[in-house]
Amino acid sequence: MNRYYWILGAFAALVVLLSVGLGLNPRDVPSPLVGKPAPAFNLAILATPDKTLGPKDMKDKVWLLNVWASWCVSCRQEHPVLVEFSKKIDVPVIGLNYKEVRGDGNFDMSKMAADDEKKLAFQRASKWLTDHGDPYKLTVMDLDGRVGIDYGVYGVPETYLIDKAGVIRMKHTGPITPDILNKKIMPLLAELNK
Amino acid sequence: MILRARFFALFFALTASFGIALPALASSATEAATAADPVAEKRLQALSEELRCLVCQNQTIADSNAELAQDLRHEVRTMIKDGKSDKEIIDFMVTRYGDFVLYRPPVKAVTLLLWGGPLALLLIGLFFLQRYLRQRARRVIEAEQPLSAEEASRAEALFKEISPK
Repeated sequence: MNRYYWILGAFAALVVLLSVGLGLNPRDVPSPLVGKPAPAFNLAILATPDKTLGPKDMKDKVWLLNVWASWCVSCRQEHPVLVEFSKKIDVPVIGLNYKEVRGDGNFDMSKMAADDEKKLAFQRASKWLTDHGDPYKLTVMDLDGRVGIDYGVYGVPETYLIDKAGVIRMKHTGPITPDILNKKIMPLLAELNK
Repeated sequence: MILRARFFALFFALTASFGIALPALASSATEAATAADPVAEKRLQALSEELRCLVCQNQTIADSNAELAQDLRHEVRTMIKDGKSDKEIIDFMVTRYGDFVLYRPPVKAVTLLLWGGPLALLLIGLFFLQRYLRQRARRVIEAEQPLSAEEASRAEALFKEISPK
């Protein structure tokens, strides 16, 4: 009899282990970049393509870097949250448009010239922001996703919180929900802007 | 019954053919690009098999055809061309994506359970096996012992009860 209790106990332990383990989000990979300086880049600005922007231009500011693309379905979900945020809170959000054209999958990139890709990317990104609202102070264009690799981007949308010294303080993978905004991002912003 | 057997045969044939066909498709694109340099190709292959694709997390970037895996293979290829060492290339990936990209992460405090877990489970298993075997041996020995005088007389009494003359 005693033995059966033991087996039952082991089974219960297994159930607890699995319910916790399977409840974890496998996409939530801790970023090694948290606590490190934001990788440098110099990318063309969507609104003024002849000018560039990089993290060094944002020095002495606490800011958010939000990785997005018009083909990204989850970005559509988080976009209203960002628009609302930008209206209410005075923290600059910089958009990093990630592989606007070649990430789409609907284009045969071997048949597209670099200039055409650039033109199409700027066109599509501008249209999307006009249609859905523009929460970004500025958007920079990462056409080939090279900057995305430096930031360890693997699933758009992703958001980085960068402090006054240019150090990444937080990374969120996946869409920002009001819950994440209130519980994760706002407290950290308040602390860093003190 | 026969129908079901046929269904399974078809199912296995299908999955087997997919299993073989897909990797062949995936690797043909990369092969074409680096086939010119067999040494670089070999290094690319070896490195790609050590790196996890973060989009489809159970595949290496050699196996995966996800966009990111293609980009990362391209990155590795460029670094090989630039004469970077294997360690430099692996470090490049780890600084961006963390130890998670490595199929064989380094032994650290956080990965101790990962590395030591199977051994710990084996030891626990051996402990219980040994305990069980000992108990069983004891029971066998007990069972083989001749009856004591008291037990013998009780057994006799019982025999008499069921077969009265």
